[in-house]
Amino acid sequence: MLTIKVLGSGCANCKRVEQIVRKVVEDQALQAEVIKVTEYPEIMKYKIMSTPGLVINEKVVATGRIPTPAEVTTWLANALETA
Amino acid sequence: MTTLSTPSPVHSNKQLPVYVFFATVVWLAAYNIIQPLADWISYTAFGFAKDSRFGESLAFFLYDVPKILLLLSGMVFAISIIRTFFSPERTRAMLGGKREGVGNVFAALLGIVTPFCSCSAVPLFIGFVESGIPLGVTFSFLIAAPTINEVAVIMLFGLFGWKVATLYIVSGLAIAILAGIVIGRLKMERYVEDFVWQIKSEAGQALDEKLTWNDRIERAWDSVKEIVGKVWLYVVVGIAVGAGIHGYVPESALVSIMGKQAWWSVPAAVLLGIPLYSNAAGVIPIVSALMEKGASLGTVLAFMMAVVGLSLPETIILRRVLKPQLIAVFMGVIAIAIIFTGYLFNMIL
Repeated sequence: MLTIKVLGSGCANCKRVEQIVRKVVEDQALQAEVIKVTEYPEIMKYKIMSTPGLVINEKVVATGRIPTPAEVTTWLANALETA
Repeated sequence: MTTLSTPSPVHSNKQLPVYVFFATVVWLAAYNIIQPLADWISYTAFGFAKDSRFGESLAFFLYDVPKILLLLSGMVFAISIIRTFFSPERTRAMLGGKREGVGNVFAALLGIVTPFCSCSAVPLFIGFVESGIPLGVTFSFLIAAPTINEVAVIMLFGLFGWKVATLYIVSGLAIAILAGIVIGRLKMERYVEDFVWQIKSEAGQALDEKLTWNDRIERAWDSVKEIVGKVWLYVVVGIAVGAGIHGYVPESALVSIMGKQAWWSVPAAVLLGIPLYSNAAGVIPIVSALMEKGASLGTVLAFMMAVVGLSLPETIILRRVLKPQLIAVFMGVIAIAIIFTGYLFNMIL
C-alpha cells in the first residue's frame, strides 16, 4: 500500500500534479491512497520551499515543478520495491 | 507485491545536447531572416507603399511578433538552464548568517536567479524566516524575484534595447534592497501571522537532487513550453496594438500627458500598473509604442515596475502569512520606491 501526498495550497500546478498521479495509479492499477495536503503548517513539515510538492511514503520526491508521468511511475516502482 | 511496467525512455538521452546545438543554429538563422521577410511580405508581396500607415504597421507587426517569440524561447531556455543550478533551498543556505545590508544585497541578487513562482511565495517565506533569515532580507528576495522576471526583462531588451533592460534590472535591484532594509528597520516581526513562528520542520531529509545535463535541458525545455505557452497570445495582441499606435498615432501626441513635464504622470502610471499584473507581456509592446510618441522613460519604467512588481495576486497569497499592517507597509514602500525611481529617471535622462 502506497501513501502519496500532493503538497500545495490549490494552485493550478498542484492540481495538475494530482491529476498525473491519479492517472498513473489508475493505469498501473496500484493500491495507493492519494492525499491532498493544503494547510501550510502541514506542508512545511516536509521542509519544502516551493510547491507543488510530491511525497511518496513520507519521502519528498519532487518540489516546485510538474513531474512527468514517466517519472512518477519510476518513483512509485522504487517505493514499492523498498516498501 | 505489484510489479510496474517501467516506462521506456522517449529518446536516447545522449542526443539532447546535439538537439540543442541544431536548435541554436536554426534559431540564429530564423532571427536573421525575419526583418527582410517582414519587409518583403508587407512591401513586395502585399505591395503597400513604404511610407503608408498600414504598410508600416504591418511590417512592424510581422517583424516584432516573431522576434519577441524567438527571443523569449531562446532566452528563457538559457535562463532556465542557469536556474537549474539554483534552488530556494540553496539560496536559503547562502543567505543564512548574512547580516542585514549585505544580506539584502545578496537576497535581491539571488532573487534574479532562483526559480520562483508567486504561488510558492508562502512556503518560501516560511522557509526563510523559520531558518532565522531576517524579515527585511526575506522581503528583499520577495520583491526582486517577481520584479526582475525573465519575461519582462527579455521583452524590454527586445523592444527597448539593452540600455533600458539594464536600467530596469538595476532599479529593480535597488528598490528590492532599499525596501527590504526599510522593512527590516521598521521591526515588523509581530505583524507576521503567529502560526508562522510556531512551525518547526521536523528533522527529515530535504530533497537534494543530482541533476545531469540531460535533466537540465529537459527542465529548461519544459519551462520554455510553459512560459511561451502562457504569454504568446498577450505578446501578439500587445504588439498588434503597439503596431497600430506606431502607424496611426501622431508623433509627440503624448508629450503633454506622459512626458517629463506632467508631474502627476508617474504616480498615475504606478496606480494604473497595479491591476495589470501578469500582463507584462501584453503591456510592454504598447508602452514601447507610447514612448515613440512622447512618453518619457521614467514614467514608462515606473509603469512597468508597477505592472510586474506590485502584483495583487502575490499580495493576496502573502496575506496568508502577513497581517494587514505588514501588507500595507510592503505595498506602500514598494510604491514609493517605484515613484521615486520614475522621477529620478525623468530628471536625469
